[in-house]
Amino acid sequence: MMLSVYLVGVGSFMGLILLLTGLILVANKYLADYGECKIRINDAEPLVVEGGSSLLQSLYNNKIFIPSACGGQATCGECRVRVLQGGGEILPTETPFFTRAEVRAGMRLACQVKVRSDVAIEIPEEYLSVQQFQTEVISARKLTYDMAEVRFKLIDPDTIEARPGQYIQIKVPDEESPDGFVFRAYSISSKPSETHEVEVVVRQIPGGKGSTYVHHMKVADKVEITGPYGKFKLNEDPECHLLLVGGGAGMAPMKNLIHHCMETTPQRPVELYFGARSTEDIFYLEEFEALAKEHANFKVVYALSDLKEDSKWKGPTGFIHLHVDKLYHPPEKRQVFLCGPPPMINAVITVLEAKGLAEDEIFYDKF
Amino acid sequence: MSHDVNPLVILVASILTNNILLVYFLGMCSFVAVSKKIETAAGLGAAVIFVLTATTPINWLLNHYFLEDNALAWLVGPHLASKVHLGIFALVFFIAVIAGFVQIVELVVERFSPALYYALGIFLPLITVNCAILGGSLFMVEWKFNFMQSIAYGFGAGAGWALAILVMAGLRKRMRISLVPRGLEGMGITMIVTGVMAMAFMAFNGIVPV
Repeated sequence: MMLSVYLVGVGSFMGLILLLTGLILVANKYLADYGECKIRINDAEPLVVEGGSSLLQSLYNNKIFIPSACGGQATCGECRVRVLQGGGEILPTETPFFTRAEVRAGMRLACQVKVRSDVAIEIPEEYLSVQQFQTEVISARKLTYDMAEVRFKLIDPDTIEARPGQYIQIKVPDEESPDGFVFRAYSISSKPSETHEVEVVVRQIPGGKGSTYVHHMKVADKVEITGPYGKFKLNEDPECHLLLVGGGAGMAPMKNLIHHCMETTPQRPVELYFGARSTEDIFYLEEFEALAKEHANFKVVYALSDLKEDSKWKGPTGFIHLHVDKLYHPPEKRQVFLCGPPPMINAVITVLEAKGLAEDEIFYDKF
Repeated sequence: MSHDVNPLVILVASILTNNILLVYFLGMCSFVAVSKKIETAAGLGAAVIFVLTATTPINWLLNHYFLEDNALAWLVGPHLASKVHLGIFALVFFIAVIAGFVQIVELVVERFSPALYYALGIFLPLITVNCAILGGSLFMVEWKFNFMQSIAYGFGAGAGWALAILVMAGLRKRMRISLVPRGLEGMGITMIVTGVMAMAFMAFNGIVPV
């Protein structure tokens, strides 16, 4: 008799659970199904997507690559878009990334906007030319103990049209991310004229997902990248003086700019100031010294701030902004590009402002 | 309370004189946590009303046709039914129904109000373990309601809970500009105000004959 109690009890409980599960499945079918939605981008012909996923994901599926470093978790604040219609209210997860004026203008994080109805968005035109590339590593070498240079050959598509100073994103496999990958941004260090290859220079960050991935790349590895991104516009006037100051992996975009200038406008005055700690941190110096011998208009200064007693270093010492202060005399036509660690950039900005440069004349990238 | 009480009387009683929060103090956890803003309080209140209104009558049906003594007579005949007592499963059955309905509420809220969905956060799925919901079903069994009465009671208990959290949210909005002693800020003053509200609700005693 006891047995029948259990049997009837378990049986009816199972029946109940099945019934409820069925109910939830039906509700899910009707509630989580948003049907087809249209995404209109910058007044162009709308894209038709399956509703229900994030705007970032929907755009990604349609080969529109919005920069995003965190994999859709609203922590990097990179995927900023302006939603003109149909995105719903801004979420508490997004508000820390925007000023009040931006919120009023409809700025949102694409990873937090769910496509539930037809939406209209505005994104910088340059995002539309961003492509996804299948690539293969053709060279990978260590420049210093913590700096690696990796060169990718573009396979599909095989050509990239990047402006000088732009960057790419590398798709990094990541088990912790819900999508299984995250993107990490790296400046292009190869010349823009090398349209079939992309080179990056990456510093190893202890525990860093992207830098660890890049540092372990071997020749023939398959890697996916997206790009080009970046707002920097080089002034192409051959008489315009170009000042480059940086440190560490900030070398990547500067190498790109230097080679581009020497190739397209060989007479253009260019000055490179590179700050490092000790002789172990020096790379590309010989390459640039050779270039400086060929081009009288190219000047290169490497300065070491943390020199060891027994070092053979004969060059300048001390922080790099002091050398900029001493040696740089702003000409009439000038452009400035800074790329390096924030304290270095801040010190250089202070020096340049004291020399009469306006804030909007200085382009910088702190990391 | 018994079978002859008009469901409308039960409705009024469960909102005012027998308020599930202010008289029985059930569902305090999310009441304190989500009563900071009127909009979120209204959202959670509506969710609780829905879940209580849906689950109380369903649990009544389950209780009536499966769990009560002799309830299984329609299925296995009176002889066997008198020997099988499924009452021991009552809690499991009730909570399964509640969990199922909370899932549906979650889907609905996420679809129609993502902002509310994020504002409620963990307290939305936690309605499952909101004691007011299970309390509603257990009281309904305890007081031997009939089906119509259980509908009225489910809705009334939910509305009473929503009323209490809304009043609390309104008070807390005003409280932000009043001088609260440092040690009582937040949780402390909320508990005291809840007590005062409960006493105020005692004034409703006697307006309905239950």
